[in-house]
Amino acid sequence: MIRIGVDVGGTNTDAVVMDGDKILAGVKSPTTEDVMGGVADSITKVLDQSGVPAGRVSAVMIGTTHFVNAVVERQHMVRTAAVRLCLPAAQCLPPMVDWPDDMREAVGGQYWMAKGGHEFDGREISPLDMTELDDIAAEIGAAGINTIAISSIFSPVSDTMERRAMERLKERLPDANFTLSSEIGRLGILERENAAIMNASLRALSRKTVEAFTTALQLVGLTCPYYITQNDGTLMNRDFVQAYPVLTFASGPTNSMRGASFLSGESDAIVVDIGGTTTDVGALVKGFPRQASTTVDVGGVRTNFRMPDVYSIALGGGTIVAAGGDAITVGPRSVGYRILQEALVFGGKTLTATDVVAGLGLADVGDAALVGVVDDDRLQKAKEKIDEMVSNAVERMRVSPDPIPILAVGGGSILMPDIMSGLKVIRPNHYSVANAVGAAIGQISGEVDRIFSLASISREAALAEARKEATGKAIAAGANPDSIELLDQEDVPLAYLPGDATRIRLKVVGSLNG
Amino acid sequence: MADTMREVTLDDLDALEVGAAILGTGGGGNPYIGKLRVREELRKGRKIPVIPLDELPDNALVVSLGGIGAPVVGVEKIEEGEECLRALRAVEQEVGRKVDALISAEIGGANAMEPMLTAAQAGLPIVDGDGMGRAFPEMQMITWSIYGQRSAPAAMADEKGNVVVFRETQSDKWLEDLARATVVAMGAAAGLAQAPMRGEFVKRAAIPNTVTQARNLGRAVLDANREHRDPVQAVIDHEGGRLLMTAKISDLQRHLKGGFAVGHLSLDGYGNFQGDTGRINLQNEFLIFVRNDTVEVCVPDLIVVLDADTGHPITTEMLRYGQRIAVLGLPCHGLLRTPEALAVVGPAAFGYPDVTFVPMQSRGGIR
Repeated sequence: MIRIGVDVGGTNTDAVVMDGDKILAGVKSPTTEDVMGGVADSITKVLDQSGVPAGRVSAVMIGTTHFVNAVVERQHMVRTAAVRLCLPAAQCLPPMVDWPDDMREAVGGQYWMAKGGHEFDGREISPLDMTELDDIAAEIGAAGINTIAISSIFSPVSDTMERRAMERLKERLPDANFTLSSEIGRLGILERENAAIMNASLRALSRKTVEAFTTALQLVGLTCPYYITQNDGTLMNRDFVQAYPVLTFASGPTNSMRGASFLSGESDAIVVDIGGTTTDVGALVKGFPRQASTTVDVGGVRTNFRMPDVYSIALGGGTIVAAGGDAITVGPRSVGYRILQEALVFGGKTLTATDVVAGLGLADVGDAALVGVVDDDRLQKAKEKIDEMVSNAVERMRVSPDPIPILAVGGGSILMPDIMSGLKVIRPNHYSVANAVGAAIGQISGEVDRIFSLASISREAALAEARKEATGKAIAAGANPDSIELLDQEDVPLAYLPGDATRIRLKVVGSLNG
Repeated sequence: MADTMREVTLDDLDALEVGAAILGTGGGGNPYIGKLRVREELRKGRKIPVIPLDELPDNALVVSLGGIGAPVVGVEKIEEGEECLRALRAVEQEVGRKVDALISAEIGGANAMEPMLTAAQAGLPIVDGDGMGRAFPEMQMITWSIYGQRSAPAAMADEKGNVVVFRETQSDKWLEDLARATVVAMGAAAGLAQAPMRGEFVKRAAIPNTVTQARNLGRAVLDANREHRDPVQAVIDHEGGRLLMTAKISDLQRHLKGGFAVGHLSLDGYGNFQGDTGRINLQNEFLIFVRNDTVEVCVPDLIVVLDADTGHPITTEMLRYGQRIAVLGLPCHGLLRTPEALAVVGPAAFGYPDVTFVPMQSRGGIR
């Protein structure tokens, strides 16, 4: 099966062609203002290089930072009505209460709170009031809003209220599109609701982006299905990404870590991805990125969906090295994508991290002789500083004394020594396009996060029930049922609750059908 | 003292959130929601005056308030907003008098904020102090109870308008048991107001100045973060505590016992503590710290777990395998070290009859 993996980054758009486990070709080209043009160009280039005709490609996997950038820049978000089913609870903190003002303005800031919601054990806080919902529908319609996010208390335990409210609002607002918080987030009403509102506000952009990807692929003669990669390294089909664009927010670092794992054959490792401006350090556990446990801030808004635990430092190939007097400083500024004009080895005038390793003869890049203007002692000190920065980040992500390897990927990974913190550094083939490879090998997942009462069933039965539900979700998302395996499970007893209430989080993955 | 609080203002809230969570010693619930709620009250123009403990009139009537329930429910079913106010009104009605000031039942965690909200709504001041100086899982573990104040009549209120009054209870442990059953029926989150206390008693029994302490502690951490100093050291300096270990969590076991999360975490030291192993036992809060098989710090002294880099507190529900943490011991207040206090909040009360409480200061500095 021939696949194409594409990673649309802020600086570069990378693409690879893979035949099964074999990489046939990989290219790196600058990201263009018109993102789709860049995607079409890089696919054309990589297909040419591989010699594979477009007709033989079975699937295209795309990783993109398009949606998270929209949020960070407050662009392309549409006005969204937030409807929370909660009364009388939770009225002291209305939806979007903890958002930065400019972000709230970007989505219009309009919300309604209504009767509804569940208790932790499934009882109703209060029943839905259909008349109240009809009034809300009329007000939303009058405000000219057709994007709606619905949240309900304890909807991760029971989503029935969110669904019934959606049906009711749909009767009055047939053209509206809906995001339900239960489909997106975990327990924690504010964080889950935040994610739902952001998701709803991005759906128009998502629809446009998906159409544009479709057009870009048709342009280069590809008629196969395509997928977008999500935060945990698994794939979403085009309908799914249209519905849940927020799930792509952390796909960039995830793809580079998964790609590094694939290219090196290592499943437990520290991954150091060095780009032009920043270095992302993460940890691979069983081939997947370790997840952050706490809330994650996106554009100033707290969310609680799963994201990889990534530690970023301001160090890259283009990082500026200042050697004034005795003190050597490395960063935080970088020449970024202007490295080909500004770095000494390329005939420029700025001493960069790349020049340091080239000048010391540790990497073959540009014309090392041009670094001769800086004495070796200084270069050596700068190199020690660079190693110390990366080493600190590696130590931060390391979770055991086991001698796991460090996987160095990304264009800037020439900065890495062969051994760091006593760990072997592996620079796999095709390391500079590891993120596109990570996209190409994406898998299908299914996840459950619910509270079970172990008073009525055993822990094993509860885990089995959760696994069955997660498997069903994975199959619905396109996974081959025979390939599904358990990726991660966690059960947390809930303090103070009777009946041995336990929260079970569980995730399965499988390979893509076909 | 120039930095003694006279009023809770918007500028104090971020620091209060961090400081209260640190004093929560892993439990007490996350104060983030409480912070947002106090902010909303202040934005409405309401005030929260703070009375220093030594300025409290002897004949003032003071009520201790707090949320009761499961912390995980608190972040999902947020309160309607006036639960504690309705509980307060019920207690006032029961005793036939208006109260003069409110005080926090426990400064550790979400309950640091609860009396501030009710104070803003009722137009009352809060007292600078609390009944635990940290967080504990049960109501009889409060200094009011330890030093002889009966907590009935007490009242509980939920978001739906249900109010339950406990007119008479045979002990504070009975109140704990009855309230625990009631809060489950109420959906595992409610506000609770205890019997009014005389100012003269509160001055004797309250852990003093803990509102100011929480604010200043949080401020020390946030300042350290902003100025790129070590936030863990900032906590130690502020509280007169000690760094017990920098470690990675090498094992984590939690299970339910009698409605509480109990378990332990195993630690592998790193940095200056390379080669040490450690263990922390927990029941909602962190109870006992063991280094290389020797108990080094135990309740009621505070065992605090911080993110090694940010200095921000990690609650027991946020723990995970592989985390890099700094474990700190902070000395508890003298009111928790008396024989009558140790009978209720010492290691034996938590099921460790073989552990003898030795105040951490008297063990001296190890590093």
